Amino acid sequence: METEIDDPKFTRRMFNTGATAAGLSFIMTACGPKRLYEAPQALLRQRIQEMEEQYKENLDVNVKVSDAQPIPGVQFAYALDLSRCIGCRRCVYACVDENNQSRDPQIHWIKVFSMDKEKGVDFTNADPYYHPETVPEDGHFYIPVACQQCENPPCVKVCPTGATWKEKDGIVVIDYDWCIGCRYCMAACPYGARHFNWTTPSIPKEQINTNTHYLGNRPRPQGVVEKCTFCIQRTRAGRYPACVEVCPVGARKFGNLLDRNSEIRYIIEHKRVLVLKEELNTVPKFFYFYAT
Amino acid sequence: MRLFLITLASASLALMGADSTAPVAKKDTLPSTAPKPAERLEVPPPPFSDGIFPCSTCHANQKPNRTRRELAFHTEIDLKHDEEHRWCLDCHDADNRDTLHLASGEPVPFEESYRLCGQCHGEKLRDWKAGVHGRRTGNWNGAKGYLLCAHCHNPHQPHFKALAPKPAPRPPQRVLNQQAPK
Repeated sequence: METEIDDPKFTRRMFNTGATAAGLSFIMTACGPKRLYEAPQALLRQRIQEMEEQYKENLDVNVKVSDAQPIPGVQFAYALDLSRCIGCRRCVYACVDENNQSRDPQIHWIKVFSMDKEKGVDFTNADPYYHPETVPEDGHFYIPVACQQCENPPCVKVCPTGATWKEKDGIVVIDYDWCIGCRYCMAACPYGARHFNWTTPSIPKEQINTNTHYLGNRPRPQGVVEKCTFCIQRTRAGRYPACVEVCPVGARKFGNLLDRNSEIRYIIEHKRVLVLKEELNTVPKFFYFYAT
Repeated sequence: MRLFLITLASASLALMGADSTAPVAKKDTLPSTAPKPAERLEVPPPPFSDGIFPCSTCHANQKPNRTRRELAFHTEIDLKHDEEHRWCLDCHDADNRDTLHLASGEPVPFEESYRLCGQCHGEKLRDWKAGVHGRRTGNWNGAKGYLLCAHCHNPHQPHFKALAPKPAPRPPQRVLNQQAPK
C-alpha cells in the first residue's frame, strides 16, 4: 500500500513550490499596505494625501483629512441627561451633516427611542419611529443611543482583520481601508451602534463636510461599517461634538474623564448615573444621568 | 565659622534644588482644563425684545407706581412664573429701571441675571456654573460658551415650549439592486 508521501501526485517539486509560495506570500504581506494604526507617520501622511487626491477626483470636493493623534492624559466620556431630553432629534441630523452619513439610503448614527414612563428603560417596548406634532409627548421620555465607546468593546474582539480598535483617548475607530464588510462587529455590538454602507453613500456635493479625520467622518466607500467617533475631527481639536452644541435643552455633556474639574466628573460624582446593559461588562464611556 | 558657612551654603543649595524640582513634580498631576468659575461669567448680551432696552428711555419720566395692577403697556407679557406671589418689581428695579435687583435690594445688571434666578433655583445655578445645566458650546478643554438663563427660558414664562421633532428615521429598506458596486 502506498503512503501519501510516495503518491506520485504529490512530488518533492510540488512541496518545494508550495513552501516557496507560502514563504513569499508571507513576506509580501508583511511588506504590503499597513493598517493605519501601525503605519509610521510618513506612510500615514502619504496615505492621507492619496485620500485627499482621490476625493478630489471622485467627488470633486477639496476634503481636508486630519491625522490628529490622541491627546495624552485625555479619556473622552459623554453624559446625557434623561430628565431633559425631549426627543426632538436635532442631534440626529446635526450628526448626519457633521459626519457625512449617507442620505439615501439613510444612515443615522444616533437613534432616539421613545419610552413609556410607566415601563421605564425598556428597549423591547421602545419606539424609534415616533412622529407626533410636538415633543415631548405626555407620559413618554426619550433615550438617544449611539456608540457607547466601550472600555471593553465587543466589536473590536470579533473583527477578523483588525480594522477596528480603541484609540488611546478611548474612542473606538474604524479603518475603512481594512474593513472587509463582514459585519461581525454589527452582530457583536449590543447597542446597535454600527451601520453598514450597503451602497456608495449618497451625499449632495455641497453638503459634504470637508473638515474630516482619517478615522472618522471622511467620506466612506461602499461595503464598510461606520459608527459614532465622538466627532473625532472636532474633539481632538478641542471642540465639543456637534450633537452637544446643537442640543436645544442642553442635555448632552462631554469632557475628559481624567480631568477632575470637567463636567463629566461633576456629573459622575453628583448625579444619578446609569450605563446601558451594564451586565454585559462592556464598560461604556457614555453615561446617562438624571439632573433633577 | 567656615563650617557654619558651608552648612549655610549647602542648605541654600538644597532649598534651591527643592524649588527647581517643584514644577517637575507638578507635571505628574494632570493640568485642569476646565476654566475656574469666575464671579462674573462671560455671556452673550441678554435677549431683549427689539427696541425695549434701555428701559429708562421711557421710564425716566415716569413716577414709579408700586401697586400691583393690570399694566397698560407691556401687554405682551403674560406672567406664568409663580404669578400668584410675584410681580414685576420683585425682579425689576423701580429706582433704576435698567437693572434688576435681588431680594436683598442689591441691584444686578441684566448681564448677571443668573444671580437673581439663582436665589430660588440655587441647585440649577450650581449645576450651570459647573457646566451641567444648560447648553455649552466651544471647547471642552478651553473657552466655553455660556448662555444666560433667559436665553433658553423666557423669564416671564420659563417652562420650555414644545418643539416639532425632526423626521423619524426611515425603516430599513432593500437597497441591494439600487447601485452596482464601483
